[in-house]
Amino acid sequence: MLTIDQATYDRIVAHAKRDHPDEACGIVAGPEGSDRAERVVEMVNAAGSPTFYEFDSTELLALYKDMWSRDEEPVVVYHSHTATEAYPSRTDIGLASEPAAHYVLVGTREHGNNEGPVEFRSFRIVDGEVTEEEVSVVPHLLPLTKE
Amino acid sequence: MAVEVRIPTILRSYTSDQKAVTAEGTTLAAVIDDLDANHPGIKERLIEQSGLRRFVNVYVNDEDVRFIGGLEAEISDGDQVVVLPAVAGGQG
Repeated sequence: MLTIDQATYDRIVAHAKRDHPDEACGIVAGPEGSDRAERVVEMVNAAGSPTFYEFDSTELLALYKDMWSRDEEPVVVYHSHTATEAYPSRTDIGLASEPAAHYVLVGTREHGNNEGPVEFRSFRIVDGEVTEEEVSVVPHLLPLTKE
Repeated sequence: MAVEVRIPTILRSYTSDQKAVTAEGTTLAAVIDDLDANHPGIKERLIEQSGLRRFVNVYVNDEDVRFIGGLEAEISDGDQVVVLPAVAGGQG
């Protein structure tokens, strides 16, 4: 299950709506091994395309170096589908490279840039196998308990 | 000519879960060959016949190797090599 706080959910949806009809993409980083989606990083879709997304290679390196310096990992990798259902495509499955991440798909085909509900679904993609999981939107993530 | 190579999560099955390993060589191609000698199979995940795989990024001292000669990029002692899979996809 993906647990995500309302503010993070809203930022991802807003990003997807803003970039429609191009695909929007980004990540939510969190402490390594914590499974806590804490810090949204909106990325530029270097492909600038309604059917494809790719992080710019220089920005990708900067993103990972920043996460390494904070002992973080990508907890969520998100992108939007702007004309098809919010389900991983063959391309998404073939290129998924973070087996520990929740792959979030936002579908904006119904309302585009405008107000209105979107599809917001989360998947695990491991070794080419897709498993959909429940999304639980909570007001706030629970505080970290001290060990 | 030893360099540190940072290994992404998805390829750590080849490196006994190590995040970084050392390798030797004066070009990226040689470094990858040396990596593969110690971590068999990893080369296949990085390069194909035509060169570096389209959705694998390799950086030497923060430079994407595509801009500095690809597999022929020169490597010097102490360089930092980072491998990162592209984050990409889409409805296709």
